[in-house]
Amino acid sequence: MTIATTVADQGEQLVITISGRFDFSAHQEFREAYESIEPAPGRYCVDMREASYIDSSALGMLLLLRDYAGGDNADVQIVNCNPDVRKILSISNFEQLFTIH
Amino acid sequence: MADPIRVLVADDNDVDRMLLTTIVRKEGYEVQEAVDGFDALRKFVEHRPQMVLLDAMMPGLDGFEVARRIKEQAGEEFVPIIFLTSLTAADELARCLDAGGDDFLSKPYNKVILKAKLNALHRMRTLHVTMQEQRDEISRHHAHLIQEQEAAKAVFDNVAHTGGLDVPFVRYLISPLAIFNGDVLVAARNPAGDLYVLLGDFTGHGLTAAIGAMPLAEIFYGMTQKGFTPGEILREANRKLLGILPKGYFCCALMLVFNFHKGTVEFWNGGLPPAVLMRARGHDLLHLTSSHLPLGIVSEERFDASTRVLEMAAGDRLLMCTDGIIEARDARGQAFGFERFDQIIGAAAADSPFDRLKQAVYRHMGASGRDDDLTLVEITMVTPEQLGRDAAPVEPERPAGSEDWQLSYELGPRSLRASNPLPLLQHIVMEVPQLRSHASAIYTVLAELYSNALEHGVMGLDSSLKASASGFSDYYQARARALEALDGFVRFEFACQIDGSRGSLRIRVRDSGPGFDHAARIRELSLEPRGTAYFGRGLRLLNNLCHSLEYRGCGNEVEVVFAWSDEADGAIERRAAR
Repeated sequence: MTIATTVADQGEQLVITISGRFDFSAHQEFREAYESIEPAPGRYCVDMREASYIDSSALGMLLLLRDYAGGDNADVQIVNCNPDVRKILSISNFEQLFTIH
Repeated sequence: MADPIRVLVADDNDVDRMLLTTIVRKEGYEVQEAVDGFDALRKFVEHRPQMVLLDAMMPGLDGFEVARRIKEQAGEEFVPIIFLTSLTAADELARCLDAGGDDFLSKPYNKVILKAKLNALHRMRTLHVTMQEQRDEISRHHAHLIQEQEAAKAVFDNVAHTGGLDVPFVRYLISPLAIFNGDVLVAARNPAGDLYVLLGDFTGHGLTAAIGAMPLAEIFYGMTQKGFTPGEILREANRKLLGILPKGYFCCALMLVFNFHKGTVEFWNGGLPPAVLMRARGHDLLHLTSSHLPLGIVSEERFDASTRVLEMAAGDRLLMCTDGIIEARDARGQAFGFERFDQIIGAAAADSPFDRLKQAVYRHMGASGRDDDLTLVEITMVTPEQLGRDAAPVEPERPAGSEDWQLSYELGPRSLRASNPLPLLQHIVMEVPQLRSHASAIYTVLAELYSNALEHGVMGLDSSLKASASGFSDYYQARARALEALDGFVRFEFACQIDGSRGSLRIRVRDSGPGFDHAARIRELSLEPRGTAYFGRGLRLLNNLCHSLEYRGCGNEVEVVFAWSDEADGAIERRAAR
């Protein structure tokens, strides 16, 4: 599992790219990925193109990001999910909390 | 200053032995001498030296055999052995180490090398002792932790017990990954006898899950027994979990309410795999999919507790599991998956797929172990007759209660939309000691009267919609829409009169609706064979449970009476005594 970040749109958006299994082992790294960016961008995008699997603790980490990004006012997108990842997100009805493409 | 290290020097050659003893003693070690193999073993047992210098060639028992026996004696303790030898061939020296020696020293002795080897082996020994002490401490801590967890688990099991599931029509499997299980399964009957089941899966295992599960179970049991609706219980559970769980932790949950009289199941799924409804007749599988966020994520304002109701005939089965089953992996990392789950249920025809599912999951995982909690539940719908009259909580003592009282309670539109008056009204009626053993019948009657007044009276919904299975779900959708827009009232009037050994409770319910042709309706019902229609079951039920039932005026007012006498052994007198 690796996590890479890129800042896009003149510092307005942070793209976090996940590769491999997104599970509890990513906890620390995922948090650092968004907490270390100063100043905090207005929008976040989690790119799952390379993510093979997510578990419920990863869902928890996404909730933490959403909370960090402003809770109900957060602008967090989750993009490029494979069908397995998409299914996990749908069962938990995370469409209600995130913009999922 | 610590005690000096004890060293055993075993050599049958007196000169060599004395020489060696002198050198070792000068280094500050305490020396025991042994003159041959047997003597060495004796001295080892007697003095328990911490290091041994051993001549390889001794008469009787040679050094190799002595080394083997010393190592055996020492057990877990690390006793370094240095072989003293005049042998020089590589394979002979190797033999020393094979026999359990840790090093060797060639004769004639080099003092500097001897000292260095003694010190090096002493350091190794100290390291070994430290490691063992740490290992022992860890295992002591571990044992302590296990003991504490077992005690905590006993508390946990008392709170989140599965007592309500020990009935013949429910089968379940709960297989904990750790002592504490991330899964929660609780079940209880509400005052009307409906079976409430809550299956939950907390993120993570162990303590966090168990800490969240306890209030969840308490809310579930407390509110179910008081007669709250599933929506109200879910709201409270969500509120509580949101408050106590750390951010990022939540609970996927499936709540089910089985009404055996009406033959329905009401459900709410927030984040659990779809429960599967298999019909006793027909092969179609119906999925009760998740359409809500799990518990403990969003605030009260955003939480959606709306449920769906499905018709469920006797013999229909409902299967539910947590994602531990779906994600159970085989040796190659392949998940069990939804498809396999459905396939096995589909292939079961009318039989119970429970055992086959369980075996298939275990077979799938093989020896690869389990990486989540496995919980599987099967509930088969039964008729009220099969269910048997449930032994309502027995209240042997009869403390004095109110004897003559009246109460009027009117709910306006906002209360009708947002609140459920049943727990409060049930509580008031239970103030009458003679009625306590009939809690179930009374709750059922209150619930029927209220839903008739609200749904057909105030909201004007047509119950004949429920005549087909598809209309059945239309009905509940229409109900949700009408509730948003409703205007009107429902008024309850209670009058209780107790006169010595006899007494009665009269409940009158009036609604703001236009009423209905009750005379015609009751005639119709008396012609239909029992249980063939989807609607009208409520009215029949009422008729069977109370002493009398009477519609008044244009049909927007109904009165039921419960009457009892102590001569009848506390039994409620029923007009239609079946």
